[in-house]
Amino acid sequence: MDFNLDLFLQILIIGITYGAMIALIALGYTLVYGIVELINFAHGEVFMMGAFFTMQVVLWVGVTSESATVAVVGALALALLAAMAFSGGINYFIDRVAYRRLRNAPRLAPLIAAIGFSFILQNIAIYWRGSNPVTPEAVIPLEIRSLNILTAWFGLDTNLRVRLIDFLVVLVTIPILIGLSWFVYRTRTGAAMRATAQDREAAALMGIDVNRTIGTAFLIGGALAGAAGMIAVYYLNSARFQMGFQYGLFAFTAAVLGGIGNLSGAVLGGFLIGIIWAMSDGFIRQFIPEWGAQWTPTVIFGLLILVLVFRPSGLLGEQVPDRA
Amino acid sequence: MTAPQPMLDLHDVHTYYGHIHALKGVSITVNQGEIVTLIGSNGAGKSTTLKTISGLLHPRRGTVSLFDRQIGNQPAHKVAAMGVAHAPEGRRVFSRMTVRENLEMGAFTLGRVDAADMERVFTLFPRLQERVNQQAGTMSGGEQQMLAIGRALMAKPTLLLLDEPSMGLAPLMVEAIFGVIKDINKLGMTVLLVEQNALMALAVANRGYVIQTGHIVLADSAAALRQNEMVRKAYLGED
Repeated sequence: MDFNLDLFLQILIIGITYGAMIALIALGYTLVYGIVELINFAHGEVFMMGAFFTMQVVLWVGVTSESATVAVVGALALALLAAMAFSGGINYFIDRVAYRRLRNAPRLAPLIAAIGFSFILQNIAIYWRGSNPVTPEAVIPLEIRSLNILTAWFGLDTNLRVRLIDFLVVLVTIPILIGLSWFVYRTRTGAAMRATAQDREAAALMGIDVNRTIGTAFLIGGALAGAAGMIAVYYLNSARFQMGFQYGLFAFTAAVLGGIGNLSGAVLGGFLIGIIWAMSDGFIRQFIPEWGAQWTPTVIFGLLILVLVFRPSGLLGEQVPDRA
Repeated sequence: MTAPQPMLDLHDVHTYYGHIHALKGVSITVNQGEIVTLIGSNGAGKSTTLKTISGLLHPRRGTVSLFDRQIGNQPAHKVAAMGVAHAPEGRRVFSRMTVRENLEMGAFTLGRVDAADMERVFTLFPRLQERVNQQAGTMSGGEQQMLAIGRALMAKPTLLLLDEPSMGLAPLMVEAIFGVIKDINKLGMTVLLVEQNALMALAVANRGYVIQTGHIVLADSAAALRQNEMVRKAYLGED
């Protein structure tokens, strides 16, 4: 059987767009884990709430596929910012009312609180939009979202398709990643976050308000998940109260694969998981005809187990000695 | 002659770890410009006293005053902002940050990094300048201790708390560190020094306190404590 290069590249493009979404969610896991060593199992639901709020904002603004392009772009930009604020706010709120009170409790306590919040958020979503998949208002006409920019914009003679929607996913993700990196490595609050992640007590002795800094990490992690939620709604053209479960676990795997606590690791892991996901969905069946998307979770969670067993520090995990 | 106003005053301080009564009525004063040392064996309550001052722990009874402000119930970051810098036991440098970043973190309460302050730290510890871009976690224990003290100085504190700066260091390094503590003090810094190495601590300090199982059992000038029979037997290794 021949290696179908065209198909491979096509699936790679899909994988990169999945990867962009997964990377945004994975960053939230890793930011929070890095600073409080808690796996925030409500994070997938924070992402889902971003998706739901995006649809709500677009409904409120009232744009449709008939609206002027400027209005649609404006509404989507507003929905992105609103989803980031909403999910960031939810994540901050969860930390404030639950995790902060459990900061010195045994580790199992905040973990169970996280699972509890994940159920609460799912039920809020069911109450809000029902338990069936919800299709967002089709504000981006089909012929626009599927426009192949390689042929339409660059005039290339190719069978490869990079749809406008794929391009938009990456276009929205990249500035957010750059902005996050700037925030963490170039601002005073970012420095406080890095110090708190390394040694909470020492950070407090430097004059850093540790609780506020942790709250900021939850806020930012939630905002990234909200951005991913907004992207997911329009990329998948669908949203459901359970969507946070699979995306959350895939993103958690990405964070562990990259080295949990490591920001570059989460992005690298996100794109790797996205590509593996797409390959499992659409490419492996070139070689194994029975293979299909139903095996993807098995592949990804199998990978999670392998990483945890053989390289628990992940691909970019820090291995600097803590104390000489 | 009027008594100098105490900079730091602990009065009948009781601190607990959960149900463990760690400090049982500790009273200590530190005056401006002094080096005061608190000596005692493992588990006597030395580090607990410093943590109670810097706000990592809070007294259940008693008062901690900095000049005329009550700081006993203030969180650590607020105490730091009032000018108390604490170089904690075990150094606790940010191991994945460079020497420069660690020093910058030290100046967090000031909001900006003063180049002159960093120069002053490099004058005291030239080794830190040589390693300015090295990750702190890869340095030797002595270098990390220099960094911990330098980081504390970056906050331009009015009171410097040093917790076991000699711990785990080679004798030459201990001498170097204590030499710098004297130098810092000559420049006007008030120091509260916690040590197991009573010999070195009493050599640099003006006054000293001896703590045993949460009680202050002796308080005197450093010179008098060096002559005290109990101190000589228990802490200076003489018989």
